[in-house]
Amino acid sequence: MQLWLIPLLPFAGFVINGLFGRRFSKGVVNIFAIGSVVLSFAWVLKTILGLGDMTSPYVEHYFTWIQSGNFTLNADFAVDRLTAVMLLVVTGIGSLIHIYATGYMAHEHGPNHGGYYRFFAYMNLFMFFMLVLVLGANFLVLFVGWEGVGLCSYLLIGFYFDKKFATDAGNKAFIVNRIGDFGFALAMFYIVKSFGSLDFATVFQKAPSAPESALTIIGLLLLVGATGKSAQIPLYVWLPDAMAGPTPVSALIHAATMVTAGVYMTSRSWAIYTHAPLAMEFIAVIGIATAFFAATIGIAQNDIKKVFAYSTVSQLGYMFVGVGCGAFGAGIYHLVTHAFFKALLFLGSGSVIHALSGEQDLRNMGGLRKHTPWTFWTMMCAGVAIAGIPPFAGFFSKDAILLAAYHHAPWMYWLGTLTAGITAFYVFRAMFLAFFGKYRGHEHHPHESPAVMLAPLVVLAALSLAGGYFFKVPQFLSTVFPPMEEGEDMTLVAISVAAGVLGIFLAWLMYVAQPRLADSLSIKGLYTLVYNKYFVDEVYDAAVVKPVVGGSRVLLWRVADVGLIDGIVNGIGSRARDVGAVLRSLQSGNIRSYATWVVFGSVLLIVAMGMAGGAR
Amino acid sequence: MNLPTLLLVLPAVGFLIALLLPRSSPHASRTWALVISLATFAVSLALPAMFDRNTAGEQLALNVPWITTPDIHYYVAVDGIGLWLVLLSTFLTPICVLISWRSIQNRAKEFYAFLLLLEVGLIGVFIAQDLFLFYVFWEISLVPMYFLVGIWGHERRIYAAVKFFLFTMAGSVLMLAAIIYLYNRAGTFSYPALVEMLQSGRLAFAPNEQLLLFLAFFLAFAIKVPLFPLHTWLPDAHVEAPTAGSVMLASVMLKMGTYGILHFCLPLFPSASRTCAPWIVVLALIGIIYGALVSLVQPNMKKLAAYSSVSHLGFVVLGIFSFTQLGFDGAVYQMLNHGISTGALFALVGLLYERRHSLEIADYGGVATAAPWLSTAFLITTLASIGLPALNNFVGEFLVLQGAALANFKWAIYAAIGVILSACYMLWLYQRVFYGEVNEEIRSHLPDLNLREWALVVPLIAMMVWMGVYSQSFLPAVGKTTARVLSQTQVNVPFQVQARPQTEVARAR
Repeated sequence: MQLWLIPLLPFAGFVINGLFGRRFSKGVVNIFAIGSVVLSFAWVLKTILGLGDMTSPYVEHYFTWIQSGNFTLNADFAVDRLTAVMLLVVTGIGSLIHIYATGYMAHEHGPNHGGYYRFFAYMNLFMFFMLVLVLGANFLVLFVGWEGVGLCSYLLIGFYFDKKFATDAGNKAFIVNRIGDFGFALAMFYIVKSFGSLDFATVFQKAPSAPESALTIIGLLLLVGATGKSAQIPLYVWLPDAMAGPTPVSALIHAATMVTAGVYMTSRSWAIYTHAPLAMEFIAVIGIATAFFAATIGIAQNDIKKVFAYSTVSQLGYMFVGVGCGAFGAGIYHLVTHAFFKALLFLGSGSVIHALSGEQDLRNMGGLRKHTPWTFWTMMCAGVAIAGIPPFAGFFSKDAILLAAYHHAPWMYWLGTLTAGITAFYVFRAMFLAFFGKYRGHEHHPHESPAVMLAPLVVLAALSLAGGYFFKVPQFLSTVFPPMEEGEDMTLVAISVAAGVLGIFLAWLMYVAQPRLADSLSIKGLYTLVYNKYFVDEVYDAAVVKPVVGGSRVLLWRVADVGLIDGIVNGIGSRARDVGAVLRSLQSGNIRSYATWVVFGSVLLIVAMGMAGGAR
Repeated sequence: MNLPTLLLVLPAVGFLIALLLPRSSPHASRTWALVISLATFAVSLALPAMFDRNTAGEQLALNVPWITTPDIHYYVAVDGIGLWLVLLSTFLTPICVLISWRSIQNRAKEFYAFLLLLEVGLIGVFIAQDLFLFYVFWEISLVPMYFLVGIWGHERRIYAAVKFFLFTMAGSVLMLAAIIYLYNRAGTFSYPALVEMLQSGRLAFAPNEQLLLFLAFFLAFAIKVPLFPLHTWLPDAHVEAPTAGSVMLASVMLKMGTYGILHFCLPLFPSASRTCAPWIVVLALIGIIYGALVSLVQPNMKKLAAYSSVSHLGFVVLGIFSFTQLGFDGAVYQMLNHGISTGALFALVGLLYERRHSLEIADYGGVATAAPWLSTAFLITTLASIGLPALNNFVGEFLVLQGAALANFKWAIYAAIGVILSACYMLWLYQRVFYGEVNEEIRSHLPDLNLREWALVVPLIAMMVWMGVYSQSFLPAVGKTTARVLSQTQVNVPFQVQARPQTEVARAR
C-alpha cells in the first residue's frame, strides 16, 4: 500500500521549501506546501479504501533501525482503524489549516523577511512527524514522531524568534515536554525489560499475562509522557504560553493534532491499561481535575487565544476521562470532534486577529459580527458544538464520555457536567465580548478575511455541526477496543445539556444583557487568583527553575567544581607549576629541539624497559 | 601493504614532508595537510569495505618483531570498535584542516605538521595490539595536542596545556607501570596473546593483583574520558585550545579513554571490572547530571560544550559498566556520535569565534537573522546533541539507557535526568546566541557560511542523519566485537567465585 508515501510527501515539501523556499515566490511555496499535504490526504483516502474493513492491523516493514544482541527494532508502519481515524484527522484538518495559513501568513514575514517559506517548511515537517507518530508500529517509531512534533512545536512557537517571549515559550514547551518524555522513555525501558520488545503486536499480546505491578509501572510512566504532550496537570503549563506562535500553528498543533497524541498513545496502549486499574484511575482523575481546573482559568482570560488555549487543556482533560474510564472509543470520538470545533475556534480567532491587524485582547474588540459576518457565524457553529448542544458534534462525544464517567464514578460525571457549564460560559463570554456590543478597538477598519481563509472555516463549521452525527467513531472503533457496557440514560444527558444551556445564558446575561453585572460581583480575591492562573508558573519558577539554576551556578560550579575539585588539583599542581616552569623552557618552538627530546625520552624508556625485562 | 599500516604511514610521511616545507608559505602547508588528510581518509574508507563483519576477532593484522629484548612487536589490527574510531579520526582530520584554514596564520607550517602527527598518534592508539606499541602511540598523541594548545591557544594557553599534560601523564605513568608488570608476569606485550592466556587459564591474577592492575589502567583511561571528578582539566583545555584542537580533543582523544576501558580493562581484568562497576557507575551518573547542571550556567560557549562532554561521556561509561550487550553497543555508538556532534559543535563555535572574536554567550544574540544557514547548522547540531530521534545521539543514548535499565532500572532513571537537562542547556544556549533582536555589531560581523565552511559542515550533518536513521551500517560490526568482550568478561567469573565468598559475588553483580 506504500504507507511510507503518506508521511514522505509532506517531508518532501519540507525539504524543497526548506532548501530553496527563499528563492521561491509565495505561489511556488504554496504549491509545494499545500500540494504535499493534500496529496498525502488523498493517499490516506486511497489507502483506507484499499484496505477494506481493517479488522486486523496492516503492517509494512521497511528496514531494521536498531539491532543489538537479541533486541531488534524495526522501522515499521501499521494501519488499523484507530490509525485510520487519526490519519484522516491529521491530513484532513492539516490540509484545511495549510490552505487557511496561506491567507493568514500573507502579511506575516517574521524576522528577516524570510518567514513565509520557513513557516510552511516547519508546518510540513510537523505533518511528517505527526504522521510517523500515528503510523508507527512500535513504541520507538511512535516516539520518533512524538519528539519530532515537539521539535516542530518548538520551532513554530518561536517562529517570531526576535521576540524573547516567543523563544521563551518555545523553550518552555520543549523542556516541559522533555520532562514528560522522561516518563515515556522510562516506560519503554520497562517494556523492553518486561517483554523484550517494543512492537505493539508483541507487547499487547503478552501484556495480559504480565504481572499487574509491571503493567501499572508502565502505565503510569506512559501517563507521565502523555501529561507532557497533551498538557495535563501537572505539565500543562507550556500550552497557554505556546500561543506565542502564529494562529494556524495553534489550531493545527496546539489544538487539533499534536496535543491529542497523548490520548492516542494511551488509547493505543489499552491492553496495558485494562490490566492496570490503578493507572487507569490516575488517568481519569488527572483528566477530570485538568478539565475542571483549566476551565476555571478560561473564565478570566482576556486574550482570545488564551481563552481557547485553556479550553484546549480542559477538553483534553475530557478525553483523558474517557480513556481513564475505559471508554477509549469515546475518548477518540471527542478527539475527533474537538479537532473540528477547536481548530475552527482558533482559525476564527485568527480571522478576528487578522481583521484587527494583530489585536488579541477581547477588551479591545466588540460588535465585530457586523464587520466579519462569516467569521462570526462559523465561530458560532463551533461555540454550540463545544457547549454540547444537541445535535452538534461536541454533544455526542462529550455525552459518551460523561456517561462512561457516571458508570465509573458518579462524582466524575457531576464535576464533568459542571465543567461543561463553565465551558459553555467562557466560550460564549469570548464570543459575546468579541462580536456583540459596541466596538471598543483601535483598528479603524475591521475587515473580513479573504476567501482562502473563510473556505476552511466553512468546511470546519459544517463538520462541527454535523460531524458528530455522521461520524460514529466509537462504533467504528469497536473492533479495536474492548467492549463497553452500553447504557443510555436520558436524565443524565438532559442534565449535562442543561448545564451547557445555562452556561450560555449566564454569559449572555453578564456580557450582553447586563454588562455591568460582571463588574458588580465582588469576588476580587478569587478573580485575581484565577486571572493569574493560580500562580502555578510562579510556583514552578520558585520551586524548580530558580533553585536548579542558582544551585548549579553557585554550589556546583563555583564551590564544588572550581573551588573544591580544581582547588585540590591545583594544590597538587602548585608543585606542578614548578614543573610547568621547566616544561616551558623546553617549549622553544624549535622542532629540532623537540625531536631531540622525543628521541631522548624514547631511548630512556626503552633502556628502562630492557632493564625491567631483563630483571624478570 | 597492510591497510592499517598504510593508514599510519600516510600521515606520518605527510608529517615529515610538512616539516620540510618552507616556513614562508603557509598556503603550501595548508594545502599539503588537506591533501594528505583527504588521501588518508580515502584510504581509510577501504577499512569497512575489507572488514569482515561476521567475525569478532582482530582483522587485517600485521605482526612483526620490533625490538627483541624486551619482546616488543609492531602488531596492528582492527576490531569492530577500533575500525570506526580510526574512521572517525581520518574523517575529522581534513575537517580540522579546513577549520584552521583562515584562523591559523601564525606558524602555519608547524600547526599542520602537528595536526598530522596527532592523526598518526590517534590512529595508532586504535589499531595497536601490542601493549607497548599502544603506549607509544598514546604518548605520541599527547605531544602534538600539548603544543596545539600551548602555542596556538588563547590567553591562558600555557596553564591549560600544562594542566592537560600533567593530568594525562599522571595517569599514563601508572598505566606504563601496569604494562611493564603485565609483561613481567606474562612475558608478552601482545594483547590477543594476553587475552588468550587469561581465557585458557595459563595466566591468572590474584584478586588484589587484578584490582591494582585494573585501577592502574582505569585511572589513565578515566582521566582521559574524563570521568567525574577527574574532569577539571577538560574545560580549561577546551577553552584555550584553537578550534581544531578542541575538535580533535573532544571528538577523538576523549574516546581513547573509553576505548581503552572497553578494549583493555574489561577483557584483561574482568572480575575487577565487575567488582568496581557499581562504584564507577555512580561516578558516571554523577558526571551525567553534574556535568549537565554545571554546563547550564556557563557563560562561555566552549566551557559549556566541555561540561556537556563530561555529561555525554558519562553515558558511555554507564553503558560500558552496565555489562549488557545493549549497553556496550550503545557506549561504542555514543563514542562515535559524540565525536560527530560535539566535533560539529566545537567547529561551529569556532566559526562564530572567527567572526565575532568572542566565546562569551553574552556577546551574541540575533545571529539567526544575520547568518541563517550557520544558525540552521547549529540548530541541527544542537538537536543531535540533545538526542532527538532520527539523529545520531538518540540511537546511542537509547541503547545505553536501555542497557542500564536492564542492569539496574534505577541507573536509567538517574541517567535519563541528564537527557532532560541536555535540552535545557543546549536550547538556552541556542536562544541566547541565535535568537533575539539583531544589533548592528552582529549584523555587520557575521556573514553566513562560505564555500569552505559549507564543505566542513555538510559532511558532519550528513553523518548525524545517516547514523541516526540507519545505524545498521555501523552497529553490526560493533556488536560482534562487543559480544566477544561481553563473553570475555564472563569467562573469568568462575575464578571470581573461587576467590570470593558467594554472597559477595551476588552483591557485586
